Order: sequence, then C-alpha cells, then structure tokens
Amino acid sequence: MSSLILHVNGATHEINVDSDTPLIFVLRNHLGLTGPKLGCGQEQCGACVVLVDGEATNSCVRAASEFRENKIITIEGLSKDGNLNSVQQAFIEEGAAQCGYCTSGIVVATTALFKQNAKPSREAVHAALHDHLCRCGSHRRILNAIERLISDGM
Amino acid sequence: MGSHPSIDSHPNVDQWIEFVTDGRILLHTGKVDIGQRISTALALIAADEFDVDYERIDVKRTETDIDPNEGFTSGSMSMQHSGKAIRLASATAREFMLKLAAEKLDVDIKNLEVADGLIQSRETNVSITYWELMSDKEFNILVDEGVTVKSPDQYKFVGTRVLAKDMVNIMTGNLSYIHDMALTGMLHARLVRPPHYLATLKNLDDDLIAGLAKSNVSIVRDGSFVAVVAPDEYVATKAATQLAASAKWDLKDGLPTKELFSALTSNKRVSLPIAPGGAPVDKPVPPLGDLSEEASVSVSARFEKPYHMHGSIAPSAGCALFEKNKLTVWTHNQGVYPLRVAMAEALKMELDDIHVAFVPGSGCYGHNGADDAAYDAALVARAIPGKPILLKWTREDEHAWEPYGSAMVCELRASLDKDGRVVDWSHESYGDTHMGRPTPGRSGSPAEKLLSTHLQEKPLAWPIMPPTMGAHVGVHRNLEPLYNFPNPRLVKNLVRDLPLRVSALRTLGAFSNVSAIESFMDELAEAGNISPVEFRLNHLDNEKAIDVIRALDEKMVSEKAGTSNQVGAGIAFAQYKNSATYCAVGIEVEISDAAEVILHRAWIVADAGEVVDPDGLTAQLEGGLIQAASWTLLEQVTFDSGGITSRDWDSYPILRFNNIPKIETILMDRSGEPFLGAGEASSGPTGGAIINAIYNAIGLRLRRMPFNPDAIRSAAMN
Ligand code: FES
Ligand code: FES
Repeated sequence: MSSLILHVNGATHEINVDSDTPLIFVLRNHLGLTGPKLGCGQEQCGACVVLVDGEATNSCVRAASEFRENKIITIEGLSKDGNLNSVQQAFIEEGAAQCGYCTSGIVVATTALFKQNAKPSREAVHAALHDHLCRCGSHRRILNAIERLISDGM
Repeated sequence: MGSHPSIDSHPNVDQWIEFVTDGRILLHTGKVDIGQRISTALALIAADEFDVDYERIDVKRTETDIDPNEGFTSGSMSMQHSGKAIRLASATAREFMLKLAAEKLDVDIKNLEVADGLIQSRETNVSITYWELMSDKEFNILVDEGVTVKSPDQYKFVGTRVLAKDMVNIMTGNLSYIHDMALTGMLHARLVRPPHYLATLKNLDDDLIAGLAKSNVSIVRDGSFVAVVAPDEYVATKAATQLAASAKWDLKDGLPTKELFSALTSNKRVSLPIAPGGAPVDKPVPPLGDLSEEASVSVSARFEKPYHMHGSIAPSAGCALFEKNKLTVWTHNQGVYPLRVAMAEALKMELDDIHVAFVPGSGCYGHNGADDAAYDAALVARAIPGKPILLKWTREDEHAWEPYGSAMVCELRASLDKDGRVVDWSHESYGDTHMGRPTPGRSGSPAEKLLSTHLQEKPLAWPIMPPTMGAHVGVHRNLEPLYNFPNPRLVKNLVRDLPLRVSALRTLGAFSNVSAIESFMDELAEAGNISPVEFRLNHLDNEKAIDVIRALDEKMVSEKAGTSNQVGAGIAFAQYKNSATYCAVGIEVEISDAAEVILHRAWIVADAGEVVDPDGLTAQLEGGLIQAASWTLLEQVTFDSGGITSRDWDSYPILRFNNIPKIETILMDRSGEPFLGAGEASSGPTGGAIINAIYNAIGLRLRRMPFNPDAIRSAAMN
C-alpha cells in the first residue's frame, strides 16, 4: 500500500492503494465515482474511458499511480451543478442509450473529440469511437447526436 | 387462465399501484427494465389512465414477495402482460378515487374531472388530490377487467415522445448498476473457472492460498467451483489471476470437435412436424416426398448459423448476503421469481428463506450469465455468512461460459408452378434447445440450469431438454411461414450431443428461420422471374403484412435504394412469432475491395399495434437491426477440444461505429389496437435482407454466417 495523490473532477484526493491498482478501481471504489464502467479490463471496449488532460483514455489497465501529474475527469465531472454539457444534451435529445452501460465511455470520448475539433470529419468520428463497443445497437442514435452537434456548431 | 394472465395471478389493484409519496405514483411490475424502456412505456400508460403527468410516475424495480410474479421478461411479452395489467389497474384505481372524491366533496361524480392528480368539480370550486384521498390507504379492490379505459383520442402521453426514465442518470453517470453496489462490509469476489465445461479441478496451490490468506484473501472451493474473496476488488482480481495460473485441471476428453454443421444434421435428434399454428405435434415426420405434379421449377437451399454470444457489455455479476439462514440476492437477471425457485432447489433451501431483488445490469438480450452469477454469489455468501458478497464475472468468464444462442441449420425446398406460385414447400430446422433458462416446471430441475451446479462437489447432470411443444417456442420460432403455401412440410429437429452450453438469445430460432425463409423467397422469386416484393405479396392475404411490405417498397423506391453503382439492396419480412409485430426491413449494402459488407442505408417498417413509447420502440427496432447485422456479418463463437477460443472482443468481433447504416423507421399508426411485442421483430428480417442485398450487389447468395471478408472471398472464388 502506498499513498497516492490524484486530481479528479477538479478536486485533489489522497488515497492509499497498492501501487499497481488500475485507475478504474480507484475511481470507482475509493472515490465513489462509478460512472466509468468495467466492461473488459483489457482495453478492448471503451466502457472505462475517462478524460486525462482532456484526452479520452482507458482506465482499466494502467495503474492509477501513472496519473499523478494529470487532471482526470470522469462522466460525473462533465456536468456542472446539474447542467449537462452539450454532448450529454445532444445524446438525450436523440435518446442515444438503451441500457447505458457503454454510454459513459462514449459520452466522454465524444466530449474529447469536440474539444479538439468542433467540426470533426466522418473519419475523425469513426476513429474516436472505434474502440467503443455497444451491444444494444445505440450506435445510430449516437452518430445522429454527433451529427446534430456538428451542424449546431457545438 | 383468463384473458390477462398477469391479472389472473395478481387480481388486486394494490399489487400494481401504490401511492407512497406525496405527488407521486409508484407502479409495481414483474417485468424488468433491461434497457428496452418498459418502465417508460408503463409510466406513459398509467399517466393517461390516471390523468397525471408522466413525470409523477415511478416504476419500482421488481423483487420477490413485493412485486407481481410475471415470470421472465422475455419473448416480447411485457406490453401484453404488464402493459395491459397496469392500464386496467390504473383505470380501476382512478374510478375508485373519483367515487371516493364525489362522496367526500359531496358532489356529483359526473362533474368531476382530473388534472394532474387534482380532482375538481366542474360545478363547485371544491377539489381534492389523489394523494389527499389515498394517503396511507390501500385500495382493497380487484382490478376490473371491464373498466372503461381511455380511448386513443383522449391520450395525452401514450404515443408521444418523452424523456425515458433513467435517461438523464445514464448520461450523467448516476444510474447505479449491480456492478456499482457498495454495501457496508461488502466483500468482492472473482471466480477461477475451469478451462471448459467438462474439466475438473485436480488441485490448487496450497502455498499460494496460505500466502493470500495473509493479505486478507480467502478462497471458497466446492468441487471445481472456486472463488476468491477480498475486501478490495483489485486484490481479489489479482489473486484470482494468480490462483488460476497455478490451478491444475483434469481435462477429461475435452469438448466434442465434430464439424458443427455436419453434427447439426447428423447427430441423434428428436424430429417433429410443425402443425398449422406453429406448434409441433407428436407424430411421425412426413417424408420429403416427390415434387408437386404442378411444379415447373424447383429450388433447394441450406442455411447455416453458428453459435452466437449475447455479448453483454458488462460481464455478469451477482450480489448476495447469507445471514441467519436467510439469503438475499441482488441480480440483473430477467426473472427474480423463477431464479428464486432454481436457487432454492440448488441450495436446498425453503423458498421463503430467499429474497431476490432486481438491480439493473447492461443489456442482456436473453439469458446471459446473470442467473449463473447470482448463484455464484449465493454460493460464496453461504460460505461466508454475514457479509454481502459482490461477485463479478470477468470478460473472459462471460465470453467462455455464458449460455450461447444455438447454432442452427435450415434446409428448404420449394417448387413453383408455371404461374410462379409456390406449389410445394419444405422447411426443416436443426438446432439445440433455446430453453436453458432456470424455469420452474420445465423438465428437469431448474437448478441444473445454473452453471455452477455442474462444477460443485456433487455435480448435477447437464440438462437434456425435451422438445418444447408450444407454438413458436424454440427451434421452430417462425418456422411456419406467414405466406400461403399449400400443405407446407415443416419440421423441427432438436439435435443432441452438441458441444456448447446454450439458451435463449433474442428471437430464439426466429433469426435463422426468417433469414433462411426470406433469402429463399428471393431465390424463388428470381426462379419465377417475379420481383421479390410482388412474389411475397402474391402469397399473402394478411392485410397488415401486405401494408408493411408495400410501405417499405414505396419508401425504398422513392429513395432509389440500391440503384447506384456497386450497391445492392434487399428486403425481408416477418411477423414475429406470427402473432406479434409485423416488420419489413430493407438494407442497402456495398461490398468493398477488401470484401467487407458496408451497410449504407436501412429502412424499417413496423406495425406493432398500439404504440405507447414511439421513441423507445424505434430504438428497439433499430438496436435489433444493428445487433442482427453484427450477427450476420461478423459473429461466431469459436472452440476446440480445449474449450472456447473466442474469449475476448478481438476473437469475437462485433459491429463497430464505422459500419452503421443510416436507419429510417416507419411505425404504422394503430392507436386503440392491442400492443404487439416488438423487441425482437427486426432481427430476423435484417438477416434475410442482408443476404438479399449482398446477392443484389455482387450476385453471390451466401448461406453460411458470418459473411465476413473471408466468407465473401471464398464464395467469390467458388
Ligand atoms: S473496460 Fe477498459 S476498455 Fe473495456
Ligand atoms: S446502450 Fe447498452 S451497450 Fe450501449
């Protein structure tokens, strides 16, 4: 066990964990941020994606201790005082979730995409979502939400 | 059974409706929300019957002893069961409250009207709310099956687009799934599974176990069932990996490796003819026989579909607490009551000593690992009394141990007369059971449908399911075509000695049967030199079927489907179970230079009876299409004698964001008509439409799924 300082959703936390503990377990079990989901634990599905310094990053394999220097934002950190960000709003408009288990990672990845580029190309959208799996078949609605964001100019 | 099975077994209004909190109405249902938005649909129905805002309605998560027992949430039956029950119970409750209000306010009931729960007399100023009337009271009345319900012109909520229950929580990360449970003193558990179904545990590394004990990790072992338990989740995960690496197994003979599709049509089997109406009969199968004398052209074809995974994005999980000889279980399975019976038998406990509550999981699409994981958690909890145990399967556990959708073969033969009408039709389907759920009352003990009962010290025998004899249940779902064919020869073959564990996956046999029938219809149309649409219409007299096919055709013609270069389009149609939603699907594809099937556009036309939640219904139809396209193009469970080899998402690819068609869905307006189940309606037609579209694009008729680039290339070479 060692002590670890993490910056998550604008707050700084000190946690005691085994140094190899993957980030997702720290977020979910030590900080109570259960928005990021464990889908595979093998960096194959995207359910666990969080923002690390603004970039969509899997949290299921790499140790929390690798992220000491970074600013981490989880899905819980995307809305401020109950105000959802534009990606969350567009997803709601389009009804872009069924069970919702894949949603957290996809909303986070889409937020990162639009931070980089307000008018991403088709290829950029596909690249950003390539490693995100959804089994309910919400893909079309998610893509519709993204198209809405592009045409609204975010 | 009367006309409403759910009401027959739960006749009291209080079993469905509860006024607990001021300003809110709580609905009780035995159907669970697994992402299909049943809660939203039920809330819409209740809102209209009560004349209250949709936002005031909450839908309780099902638990035993408290909520109605409506069996499993399956087979697209939720709206017929719970939807109807909630409508009648709400209308009965409203009428009762109006009477009560008339007495209290001393006014004529005829002059009462309700606005968002406020009952007011049109004549006087007096008013009272539902909640003032009902605070701390029960209804104590029976659901009146003859009660007047709202007519479609009075609907304010039914049929409108609303914010689905839980949607905001999903988007903000605040919906709590079973995986997110955190009970006081809770321990985390992970499994160490054998390499395959038949392997048994020889030994574990005792030194390792002793070492783990020092860091608070304990091991629960019962025969070949092994779980690792620790207060910290990651510690449990790591310990399970270490223990798995050191475990020694007796691999026995390994899994049977006979080529799957030849096993399906040559293994021992039970064969039964299907009678008109879609149910098998216990009679000898009529021989295939000669072609009809009127036959001028005859076609035959064989379709093959491998095992599919449910492939839930969350690996299954269960939570359990065993305390003072009572067991509480939290599960994301599709039926808390049937699971309770199965667990009582498996654990040799009394039903009354077990309480089972539903907590959301990820989408399951049928019988995935949820029931098994609940039982696993219960086994661990029983070994460590007084501590809540949250047991999670890993991705590998789910991929390798979930009960798959059965592999199937369909063999068809038919002839046309000189006018292009079908004069003989034979369709035989072969497959394993689709009935692996722990359902009480089916043959054998429901306990043997719980995976770990086969791994424990005194293992139960693996179930051998008898053929199901109901209409459209299992291999023969949608085997009987809706088309008018003279004396069709329809046969179900329930095949024995197949290698993998199977159960109910979305649509059961219908995906294979409809894909096969609808591809075959196109082949026949071509043989008769008739357009696929006309050929289908020539063999239908069901108006609703005709309507959806016509509407699809008009849409695709107006959008010039399949007319540009390199692109092909195909259609397919089915009425799910010949009794639920009518659905016609059109798909437009292009085959890339890399031999990939690119999905361009898709159209769905559905007649689902009265539509309560149009957005949710559309999402189900679209989701069903995307999932079925994934099955069709990419998916197959792979295995060898050493076990399942598709143990992660790389070895079991599914459709990704780069190949999602534009989808347009048209819902027929059928207000006031009965609800028709819709969650599974688009899957079968999607498989058929893709086969037909590929043929239209490149002239190859593919009949062995999946149609991945290898399959396309090898078909092109032959
Ligand atoms: S859980 Fe991290 S990618 Fe699947
Ligand atoms: S919405 Fe269920 S997995 Fe994507």
